[in-house]
Amino acid sequence: MSLAVRVIPCLDVDAGRVVKGVHFENLKDAGDPVELAAEYYRQGADELTFLDVTASSSHRNTMIDVVSRTAEQVFIPMTVGGGVRTPEDVDSLLRCGADKVGVNTAAINDPTLISRVADRFGNQVLVLSVDARREQGEQHTQSGFEVTTMGGRKSTGIDAIWWVKRAEELGAGEILLNSMDADGTQQGFDIEMIQAVRREVKIPIIASGGAGKVEDFPPAIAAGADAVLAASVFHYGIMTIADVKAELRKAGYTVR
Amino acid sequence: MTTAVVFDYGFGNVRSMVRALANQGVDTTLTSDYRQALEADGLVVPGVGAFAACMEGLRKVNGDRVIYDRIRAGRPVLGVCVGEQILFERGNEHGANATGVGLIGGSVDPLDADVVPHMGWDTIDAADNSVLLHGVEQERFYFVHSYAAMAVSAADTSKYEIDLSDAPERVSWCDYGRSRFVAAYERGPLFATQFHPEKSGDAGAQLLKNWIALL
Repeated sequence: MSLAVRVIPCLDVDAGRVVKGVHFENLKDAGDPVELAAEYYRQGADELTFLDVTASSSHRNTMIDVVSRTAEQVFIPMTVGGGVRTPEDVDSLLRCGADKVGVNTAAINDPTLISRVADRFGNQVLVLSVDARREQGEQHTQSGFEVTTMGGRKSTGIDAIWWVKRAEELGAGEILLNSMDADGTQQGFDIEMIQAVRREVKIPIIASGGAGKVEDFPPAIAAGADAVLAASVFHYGIMTIADVKAELRKAGYTVR
Repeated sequence: MTTAVVFDYGFGNVRSMVRALANQGVDTTLTSDYRQALEADGLVVPGVGAFAACMEGLRKVNGDRVIYDRIRAGRPVLGVCVGEQILFERGNEHGANATGVGLIGGSVDPLDADVVPHMGWDTIDAADNSVLLHGVEQERFYFVHSYAAMAVSAADTSKYEIDLSDAPERVSWCDYGRSRFVAAYERGPLFATQFHPEKSGDAGAQLLKNWIALL
């Protein structure tokens, strides 16, 4: 027996509504993140991730309400990310029912945010979200992978492999590795990038970006990911959580 | 109606535990009030973060005293995650040697595995006659931790005027990486899990139901 590979649906939430079209006939309101979260819970999701895509302070309370209402009926771990800038932001999300908090741009701007959060709430609370891509020649990085911001539009010039290693040292408990090259292509995960990160860090890796068919998932685990995350393939009903788990099981991996 | 207190000393996603218990029909209060914590039918001690910081927070609100007083009186206590770890004698985290509540003999040490924290759903080697795991022995539970107790020894609890020697000790184990560690501990009124039942879906709900039935 061994630890199960985690399958994690991601809900992008804008002003309290799920973005990326949702096609489930049995939902009363497909745009309601709470209802969608409950549906994924029933389907056997191992965790849930909410990403607050607007993340403006005016919408912060909306997100807190969503997480709070989801926690009433969903008894699996929840990660919430998007616009987290301070330990106080983390505190308010944990208090309303989040178990882990995703940190991205604010940590790039001030890496001590990672250690300040980890020291106060424990390493396991902090998921470092990294939007990485293969370098496009503007700024050279040693590994060839660079960290981006603004949804992949802006290069930071930071080497993505150096950054995940640094984040681990500062106290990150997990890496959410999102390939900006693969994201939205449905052509499969960036396997080389997962392998490169796995060589550098000991903390768990969640592979994200590029899933289009069930066959895309096992190679991500073979490359060293501990969990897989996807959004639209689940929302559009292209596959269910169970379909992904069946494929992983067929490939010899343990699933719940 | 059965009552429970989830002990609020500043560590842990306490709200999920409150909701999980309330979902089982338990009148649940989140508080650090000594009297309420003593008088409730059940007391849950949650905890996340560092062992030493949790112990310090617990002592600050007399949480250790509540635990001793309840166990002495045979009143059930359930420690969860770091709330389980601090029931041991010592915690060796970040090189620091911190003193725990000391009701379970042994220490809490770093996990030895290729990927740490141990994060996700894992199986348990359940103790024979485990009360907590009855009916869910084969299920998976959600773990998230970097430290654990690798062994259980006899604890000298006489200084707290507590004697659990007549109660059978039931230890359930989990294997991860090169570590075999305590996943659940049961002795008399003392219960503890390294995993999070409140985050373990239906299996976790059944475990809580098993515990609540004893209250």
